[in-house]
Amino acid sequence: MGYEILGLPMAYYIAMVLKVLVVFVFVLLTVAYSTYAERKIIGHMQVRLGPMRTGWHGLLQPIADGVKLFFKEEIIPSKADKFAFLIAPLIALVPAFIGFAVIPFGETIEVGGYKIPLQIAAYYDTASGQVVDLNVGVLYILALASIGVYGIVLAGWSSNSKYSLLGGLRSSAQMISYELAAGLAIISVFMLSESLSLQKIVADQANGAWYAFKQPLAFILFFICSIAEINRTPFDLPEAETELVSGFCTEYSSMKYAMFFMAEYANMVTVCAVTTTLFLGGWHGPGFLPGWFWFVAKVYFLIFTCMWIRATYPRYRYDQLMRLGWKVFLPLTLINIVVTGIIVSL
Amino acid sequence: MLGAYLPILVLVAIAVIFGLCSLVFSSLIGQKKPSVVKLAPYECGCEPVGSARERFSVKFYIIAMLFILFDIEAVFLYPWSVLFKRLGMFGVMEMGVFIVILFVGYIYVWKKGALEWE
Amino acid sequence: METFFFMIVAAVAVLASILVITCKNPINSALSLILTFFCLATLYVTLDAPFMAAIQVLVYAGAIMVLIVFVIMLLNVRTESGRRSSHSVLFGSLIGLFTLFQLFYLFNRSSLTGQKGTIDSALINKVGHTELIGKALYTDFLLPFEVTSILLLVAIIGAVVLTKKKI
Repeated sequence: MGYEILGLPMAYYIAMVLKVLVVFVFVLLTVAYSTYAERKIIGHMQVRLGPMRTGWHGLLQPIADGVKLFFKEEIIPSKADKFAFLIAPLIALVPAFIGFAVIPFGETIEVGGYKIPLQIAAYYDTASGQVVDLNVGVLYILALASIGVYGIVLAGWSSNSKYSLLGGLRSSAQMISYELAAGLAIISVFMLSESLSLQKIVADQANGAWYAFKQPLAFILFFICSIAEINRTPFDLPEAETELVSGFCTEYSSMKYAMFFMAEYANMVTVCAVTTTLFLGGWHGPGFLPGWFWFVAKVYFLIFTCMWIRATYPRYRYDQLMRLGWKVFLPLTLINIVVTGIIVSL
Repeated sequence: MLGAYLPILVLVAIAVIFGLCSLVFSSLIGQKKPSVVKLAPYECGCEPVGSARERFSVKFYIIAMLFILFDIEAVFLYPWSVLFKRLGMFGVMEMGVFIVILFVGYIYVWKKGALEWE
Repeated sequence: METFFFMIVAAVAVLASILVITCKNPINSALSLILTFFCLATLYVTLDAPFMAAIQVLVYAGAIMVLIVFVIMLLNVRTESGRRSSHSVLFGSLIGLFTLFQLFYLFNRSSLTGQKGTIDSALINKVGHTELIGKALYTDFLLPFEVTSILLLVAIIGAVVLTKKKI
């Protein structure tokens, strides 16, 4: 253990690479299988069976889909802006997959005398005896969410198709509106936790009640705004196929289309993980099972809720959507902040 | 400091490599039989009419501009929310003034109908 | 190691900002500008200012650039064709050289380096950058903070006046 690179022990680097790989594979598998789960769950809710042919009860469906998309023809429209058209899926995908870096997904484990916090962007500082993570963890996630907009706006613009342009514009206006409301909704959480570090937010909930109980309004607002921000039903206006064909990804095919698809589901996983961490006590749960189990269970429950909502509600109309974001959610979040401020300081 | 940020760099690298690999391999593996019609923008199977590079509603700009302004408000709220218990009633008052002034702007925007989509 | 990392990020930042002014396609210029903001954010992180880094991405790359991209799309700016007029090249380089000269002059005089601040990395790591910024903003700089809200109010009214035909 004596060997050090840049002031950090070798064990740190091994643990880091392992954590990164485990989380990346976890997100990738969850993304792949939530597409399957979504088809299956909605199928059963609508008294259908969903995919049944590939593998036992269609279990190999995501793999078959992936392979199929790999072999599809790649079409780049002749009028498209090539560079922007190629880079747009990448800009959508990368922020969606790296959001997980700041989310704590389990308690600190000890391997061979070296303490490893189960959070990618964190390490155990032996000098202070504390887990050090990003001081601005929540802002990191918000910043990434604000970058995801470019993938969609560029895809819409560069395709040089009317449907794409309208879909891209609509969806970017929707995303920024709800990003704002989501960003304001979680401020009342920081007012209770007195920190933007996700480790501290989770620890604070373990000592008291979950923030979902202390801040029920913020919880509901944040979850709805997040669903709207990642363009899921009932707010999937950019993909309103009855009016916009397929929105911003009308002209996309093969793996580039799949990348938007993966980005959408990865965003859903990230949003559910953030909601778990901020409002549902993170990885804390009854002690008989390890922390990561509770974390995964809560995240999967929220993912299930997203699918349930999709099966239940019809799509919003665009003017209703914008009215909801700007005229209902925005003032509600501000009122929630002021009320929390007055109650706490009295 | 390094210990907390280095993993993010590694994760970014992995995500970028994953994305690039998907792009490159799918374009290598997939068949390519381009034709003029196939590469034309999709318009329900008809000949595309006019250009897609047209001006669009000014609504989107006002949303983008208002987003910047209220986002800055949110940015001011983050450090305040972390500190507000330590600032006490004084902190609530000063942020109250800030929010009320911006709320006046919000009401102005509402009354002028800038948030209407018809 | 830290210097080496700084060199790489700074080189990318400079390259990206050169691309901003040389790209023929305005959207590519905007993308380069976003990359420049990212490099700046990375530099803020290496300077122990994570809050600044997050705000840099959140406000500049995530909000202001969205508006700029929208405007590029609205104005339907075509790819710039042909050469720029020789006048603008001449004046541009003259102004650039003058600014460079000014910078060198200032650095040589080093009249800018005043006292060192009291906040160092150790304090930031202990208290937290967000907390330190908040403490300064909401106690020492209270008036500028409240004035900011009036500035934002003016900007909100300006945005409405600019975009509405009938007020």
